[in-house]
Amino acid sequence: MSSNSPILDPKCPGGDIETRWDRHRFAMKQVNPANKRKFHIIVVGTGLAGGSAAASLAELGYRVTSLCIQDSPRRAHSIAAQGGINAAKNYPNDGDSVFRLFYDTIKGGDYRARESNVYRLAQVSNNIIDQATAQGVPFAREYGGHLANRSFGGAQVSRTFYARGATGQQLLLGAYAAMNRQIQAGRIDMRCRREMLELVVVDGVARGVIVRNLITGAYERYAGDAVLLCTGGYGNAFYLSTNAKNSNVTASWRAYKRGAFFANPCYTQIHPTCIPVSGDHQSKLTLMSESLRNDGRVWVPKAAEDKRPASQIPEEDRDYYLERRYPAFGNLVPRDVASRAAKERCDAGFGVGSSSMAVYLDFADAIDRDGEDAVRAKYGNLFHMYQKITDENPYESPMRIFPAVHYTMGGLWVDYNLESTIPGLFVLGEANFSDHGANRLGASALMQGLSDGYFVIPYTVCGHLAGRHLQPVTTQHEAFAEAESEARSQTEKLLAVGGSRSVDSFHRELGLTLWDDCGMARSEKGLKHAIGKIAELRAAFWNDVRVLGEEKDLNQSLEKAGRVADFLEFAEVLVKDALNRTESCGGHFRLESQTEEGEAKRDDENFSYAAAWEYQGTGQDAVLHKEPLAFEYVQLAQRSYK
Amino acid sequence: MSAEKTMKLNLKIWRQKNADSNGSIEDFQLDGVSTDMSFLEMLDVLNEQLISAGREPIAFDHDCREGVCGCCGAVVNGQVHGPDEETTLCQLHMRRFHDGDTIQIEPWRSRAFPVIKDLIVDRTAFERIQQAGGFVSVSTGSAPDANTISIPTRDAEKAFDFAECIGCGGCVAACPNGAAMLFTAAKVAQLVTLPQGKLERSSRVLTMVERMDAEGFGDCTNHYECSAACPKGVPIEAIAVMNREYLRATFLSPEGA
Ligand SMILES: Cc1cc2nc3c(=O)[nH]c(=O)nc-3n(C[C@H](O)[C@H](O)[C@H](O)COP(=O)(O)OP(=O)(O)OC[C@H]3O[C@@H](n4cnc5c(N)ncnc54)[C@H](O)[C@@H]3O)c2cc1C
Ligand code: FES
Repeated sequence: MSSNSPILDPKCPGGDIETRWDRHRFAMKQVNPANKRKFHIIVVGTGLAGGSAAASLAELGYRVTSLCIQDSPRRAHSIAAQGGINAAKNYPNDGDSVFRLFYDTIKGGDYRARESNVYRLAQVSNNIIDQATAQGVPFAREYGGHLANRSFGGAQVSRTFYARGATGQQLLLGAYAAMNRQIQAGRIDMRCRREMLELVVVDGVARGVIVRNLITGAYERYAGDAVLLCTGGYGNAFYLSTNAKNSNVTASWRAYKRGAFFANPCYTQIHPTCIPVSGDHQSKLTLMSESLRNDGRVWVPKAAEDKRPASQIPEEDRDYYLERRYPAFGNLVPRDVASRAAKERCDAGFGVGSSSMAVYLDFADAIDRDGEDAVRAKYGNLFHMYQKITDENPYESPMRIFPAVHYTMGGLWVDYNLESTIPGLFVLGEANFSDHGANRLGASALMQGLSDGYFVIPYTVCGHLAGRHLQPVTTQHEAFAEAESEARSQTEKLLAVGGSRSVDSFHRELGLTLWDDCGMARSEKGLKHAIGKIAELRAAFWNDVRVLGEEKDLNQSLEKAGRVADFLEFAEVLVKDALNRTESCGGHFRLESQTEEGEAKRDDENFSYAAAWEYQGTGQDAVLHKEPLAFEYVQLAQRSYK
Repeated sequence: MSAEKTMKLNLKIWRQKNADSNGSIEDFQLDGVSTDMSFLEMLDVLNEQLISAGREPIAFDHDCREGVCGCCGAVVNGQVHGPDEETTLCQLHMRRFHDGDTIQIEPWRSRAFPVIKDLIVDRTAFERIQQAGGFVSVSTGSAPDANTISIPTRDAEKAFDFAECIGCGGCVAACPNGAAMLFTAAKVAQLVTLPQGKLERSSRVLTMVERMDAEGFGDCTNHYECSAACPKGVPIEAIAVMNREYLRATFLSPEGA
């Protein structure tokens, strides 16, 4: 790849990192309170990022239109987050601080995130806990009545706040309640069962969206002064993932095709503790929260040929390989490290269970120490879920787990203001790329989504609204007609193919290709193979897909078909990004680049940048732009959890 | 894991083109259903079979498939979310059924939840109940440090039991009167159990109950079917709390402390 790629400027303020955000807010143009109601903001997505943004902006007086796929904003994928949310409160008095959270996040991300953003994230983390508590989110409490904390991977302090095993649910219901208050007040116009299919750009500025009404099939146009994409991650490109079934890349992809750069798509997170695949019918994978590694110990038999049931394998014949390899962090190493270690054991023939593609997560010691009731109080819903799916009782025998696609660190490129390369298009939450580098630490996605929505966008959107002299635009503008006809023609094309294979069959095949060639380990050969395979699949899809039903109707096959068509295009950029990055970092492990102990080996000299891809038209290679990453506060080092 | 087996099923499924048309039960035969499949995966397999036969697949709401988003739901052989206790439809597994079984699958039935298509119903009445008052009026940025509000573990746990509601609508479908008491009460009870929610307790219960009544849900006549069917085990006690709060708000000062 050419070394003279164009350079991207993230527009971070300089100077002392502690005061950057303050100074930036002060320097930004303001919208005066009376003028706020003149501006209309379109928020796509109602997860933690979109929900918190919509509510906060409406509280400030902006007119907001909110859109989501599900029949209620409360059902966004964020609802499924289990384990917790980080903040630098230091309530346990164990040495946490804003700087430590910042440091852990940069290091956890394998030095591929932007310092300024991450510092700001750590700074506002505490406000999130205050806000959610005031809304009535029932966080876990100590007996004295104060908030409780637990530990997550990649940190040696306890900074994770939680609500049993349903932290995402409770935080989302908090944001949802805040939205409801604004819907009732008439400041949010909430439109459910809508899917954004196109972004509308007028004079180079994002001014609206085209959506399909998922009940009637009608196309609808929404015009506004700014568009916020809060549409989540693209993990479902792999078909099997822990994401909700409707999670997709469509909104981001269509924005990409209109000029928003896509950054670091190869950074995908494979979570170490998920319930293993059980058969061809499998439609999704279920996460067992990272919080379980507080009390669960990961092991496999010491001898590959040892096929005894777990309960009959004595202590001395077990290999607690995380504790053995990483004595300092033990079972709480970051996710990328834990996943690779599990894969290494299974590939070497030590895997357990009928498929031999699993390792044990064992709670026997915790149950002995604290009693079954204490374990149930912390993890009851997770154990219940495990038992439902596997028909095994994890209080009696260890869980069998294996890594699965879970989260995507890559996303649309945004600057310090969370603005994409299309002015007026802001990207929040998992849909953007900015804060987690090449690997996200547990309990940091909820923190980032809510930070973006509650505490960043309400300020940074002002710079756009007050700073650019926006002319009024209505849905009668020709750009809306053009975008609508684009969306419509894609739908018509899908219905017209009339082939023989279902959408899901293509999606599964794509997923398998990505998992095999661009999953936990990647090589030049595999990636090149994937590129060929994806092109073949895409051609086959447009030749042979069968989408039944009508356009002007509730049509779930058609919805899926549109999303899979986009995944088939997007996957190519994902794989090409992985091919370009010949170093290993975080979740991106290139077989060609490892240390003698088999750990990820970075190449800071050549790859200390965020890779942002610019669309060049169908069939053309995307152009790489680089945002150089400078580390002024954290010293670059080979990550070690030993 | 119990050994995987496969079975053959007779399915009787409600099909309805749209809100304006009449629906009816259709029969399907499905072979090779694995005991390891979830109920929704069984429907996926049926849908693949329908697609290859050129028939439109069955529409059903689903998303998380982990029992927390509240999208899924159907009446299975007369039981809301099927036969397992505290289990959403997506978490129900086929090992619960036997080779040769006949399974009838229908959408939620309630005046307030019109059918949109096949197994999908319109639950927007629930949204309007929440919008009427299911919140604490605290704007972003105005919250005090979280530890200034200290809450006994018992209350936090109690509030959580109520807060677990996923808004699936199973309680309404299970109630012989189609009442939405448990759903509404879960939010009222959660917020009144916590100090943060006490300030608006009177106006909240009054506006939410008023909205609930206006949406065409039935009256509660203490059948307790709602709580028995609830996939999250939201305790029936919520309804007692709401009734108490309602009386209190009606007979004491409207915004009494
Ligand atoms: C099982 C699981 C457990 C997790 N646990 C944790 C945890 O304990 N701690 C943690 O920090 N993180 C956790 N995560 C990660 C975290 O939950 C997500 O990263 C985060 O919730 C994403 O929030 P979001 O607001 O960006 O997007 P989402 O919650 O994914 O919301 C996306 C929204 O966009 C809408 N949408 C998408 N596309 C369109 C379109 N085209 N048109 C209209 N609307 C659209 C959807 O309807 C939805 O409303 C977990 C993730 C999973 C999968
Ligand atoms: S699909 Fe989410 S609860 Fe069943």
